Amino acid sequence: MGNIVHFENVGLRYGTGPETLSDVSFTLTAGGFYFLTGASGAGKTSLLKLLYLAQRPTRGAVRLFGEDAGSLPRARLPGFRRRIGVVFQDFRLLPQLSAYDNVALPLRVAGVRESEIEAPVLEMLAWVGLSARVTAKPPTLSGGEQQRIAIARAVIARPEILVADEPTGNVDPDMADRLLHLFEALNRLGTTIVVATHDMHLIGRIPRAQLMRVEKGRLVDPSGLLRHPPGAA
Amino acid sequence: MNGYRRRAAIDLRLLGEGQRSWVMAGIMAIMLFLTVLAGALGLGVARSAGGIDRQLAGQLTVQLVEADASARDVRARALVAALGRVPGVTRVREADRAELAALLRPWLGDAGLDPDLPMPVLIDVTASPGAAAQVAAAARRVAPAARVDGSARWLSPVRGLLATLFWVAIALVLVIAAATAGVALLVARAGLDTHRDTIDVLHMLGSTDLQVARLLQRRIARDTLLGGALGTLAALALVALFQTRLALTGSEVLGGATLAPVDWTLLLLLPIGFALLATVATRMTVLHTLGRKL
Repeated sequence: MGNIVHFENVGLRYGTGPETLSDVSFTLTAGGFYFLTGASGAGKTSLLKLLYLAQRPTRGAVRLFGEDAGSLPRARLPGFRRRIGVVFQDFRLLPQLSAYDNVALPLRVAGVRESEIEAPVLEMLAWVGLSARVTAKPPTLSGGEQQRIAIARAVIARPEILVADEPTGNVDPDMADRLLHLFEALNRLGTTIVVATHDMHLIGRIPRAQLMRVEKGRLVDPSGLLRHPPGAA
Repeated sequence: MNGYRRRAAIDLRLLGEGQRSWVMAGIMAIMLFLTVLAGALGLGVARSAGGIDRQLAGQLTVQLVEADASARDVRARALVAALGRVPGVTRVREADRAELAALLRPWLGDAGLDPDLPMPVLIDVTASPGAAAQVAAAARRVAPAARVDGSARWLSPVRGLLATLFWVAIALVLVIAAATAGVALLVARAGLDTHRDTIDVLHMLGSTDLQVARLLQRRIARDTLLGGALGTLAALALVALFQTRLALTGSEVLGGATLAPVDWTLLLLLPIGFALLATVATRMTVLHTLGRKL
């Protein structure tokens, strides 16, 4: 498997503030499963933003799919973003659309014909246990249900990389297991998974997953080598 | 519901159905109401000016002042004969003494009827518009003192007024069109601000700027068309009423301002033109604004 993501001495600063991320270097292999841990405010979400192209690094190099993401022309960003599925920490569902239309959105954005959308969307909603809430709008759904819709939306277009920020924070343990199985299934199909989480139980459920830890804006392993979680090997 | 209609409905829902939509439609109704009135004024004035031009372009008056009545009559007959031979002249007629007396009555009263009162010779000539110079040359060959006036000269102030009105109407249409583009620009900017979260999500899902622009431009085009159609219909009803009133005046100049079918068609096309203008303004605004973001 080749490298799908490569960070080289990456720094990120918002405006004129201090660096949120400093000298971050690592490589992700295509088809890998990665957990990103760290305390709140350590820089996990900022690192994920660089991964899903919501930010450009202020220094260093970010290579995605073999290309320098830092210097990608704006016109090429949509094509790259369609290859990345994102589960936002705050879900970012569109409240004016139904659960069905929220999940269908990435397919519509990608120009998939309407006749080819219904089956995969209904299948995905069934998978996350929301077949009965197809027409419900996000404000009428519980936090856990919204999170499942957000996950369904992130994976519906079969992205090459799935980036999830605390994806099981609002669901019960059974649903967390089911979602993790979904991630594993996608991973087996070749999708690279990056999950930011505090949940050590979750990390322990995927022994083969590799672990990255962020502390105060830096990866704790300065060499950039990725380690298996404690006790997993 | 077919795929296209379903997607169009979802596109509209993406930005939500709000009160702003009706505000935009209302503004566009007023804009188009004023534009159609200004356009109708311009077209009506152009028609009227065209009518005057057509009527007066070939109308000439040859005037000969001669104190000796017998010499005057001889010269007058010679002038009528000579002018009738000029190529392009279709009609030559000498005004008789009774007509001249009627013209002078406001100044001379019945004294104008005195047969001993010396009167100038007035000869009305109808000719093709290009024949005026030849008519003047022919008249001076027979009577060097003859004076040739084009009737258009007397109506030139009216013609000038109509031309000014026409250009004012055109300027009004252009100013309102510019204001419409400005409104579309402001609405597009407000839309980008209001729907920032939705647009951010769409971008993260891989939407292009053009896809986002299409969402806003469809909405603004729809509101412009809807409001514009209402404003246009109201203005056209008013124009039709004016046309009826103008026809009742019996005035040739005012009656000439009657709109032709092609004019009504042009006015009916204005909302479509304005919708296109608003669409282009929206698209440019959205692409320019989003182009500065990541």
